[in-house]
Amino acid sequence: MKISILQFPGTNCEYDTQYAFEKLGAITQIIWHKSTTIPEDTDLLVIAGGFSYGDYLRSGAIAKFSPVMSAINTYANNGGKVLGICNGFQVLTEARLLPGALKRNKGLHFISKYHYLKVENNENVFLEKLNTGDVINIPIAHHDGNYYIDDAGLKELEVNGQILLKYTDANGEIKNPNGSVASIAGVCNKEKNIFGLMPHPERAIETLLGSDDGIKMLQGFLAS
Amino acid sequence: MKAIVNVFLKAGVLDSQGKAVHHALNSLKFDNVEDVRIGKQIVLQLNGTDKAKAMSDVTKMCEELLANTVIEDYTIELI
Repeated sequence: MKISILQFPGTNCEYDTQYAFEKLGAITQIIWHKSTTIPEDTDLLVIAGGFSYGDYLRSGAIAKFSPVMSAINTYANNGGKVLGICNGFQVLTEARLLPGALKRNKGLHFISKYHYLKVENNENVFLEKLNTGDVINIPIAHHDGNYYIDDAGLKELEVNGQILLKYTDANGEIKNPNGSVASIAGVCNKEKNIFGLMPHPERAIETLLGSDDGIKMLQGFLAS
Repeated sequence: MKAIVNVFLKAGVLDSQGKAVHHALNSLKFDNVEDVRIGKQIVLQLNGTDKAKAMSDVTKMCEELLANTVIEDYTIELI
């Protein structure tokens, strides 16, 4: 399993992501955003978290014009698996590879804490190691994590099973930290090969540090 | 020529910052404020004098970068 992890100026979760995936036995490579190609044998492309281009203008807005993005478009359009974590999710929505947009948190504060998430749908390559309805504990750390999509778009996400994760409490009841429409924490595209989520599974891989619920999720990303 | 671009969240998309400022103004006893919307202004210095071309160029800039049309509207003024 070969994983390419993207690095923009301002990305700061690439090494955590690398550590997490290597712990699970994957071979990883960090790709600088100036590269116009991504390794051909990439099985999974990860856009890691952070603050690409200082979040100037809007989170993820400038990164979508980086040289590497056209290679990502081609890779994704050919069915390649793409995972965007936090700022990576913002980049994917800005690049229109995922529907919707991420706005400033409703309470206006940066939120950094563990949060429970419910698996809404596991009929996709990313979450197939988990069961629909599972509740997992994963950290969130964002200022612009308030997912927005209009009513028609939301309906489409529901019909196509594109809502993968929702923010909940420990019992799986909706608990919304940031004002996201329908408490959405992660969505995939219609073809189900591109997945974006605000929480950081790569930060939940050691029980010593609070939770290892991220491992199951990351293992799903490694499957098939 | 200058282009003044104003970008705001669309009507119907919750503007949390606007709401917070609205509350603050009300608590300062400015009771006549009914709504606050916060946006950003981007000022572009352009070369050339062709207004029609400038308008079409800046519209393209807004669509591609300056605004995220999923959540934002924009206005363009040329002076």
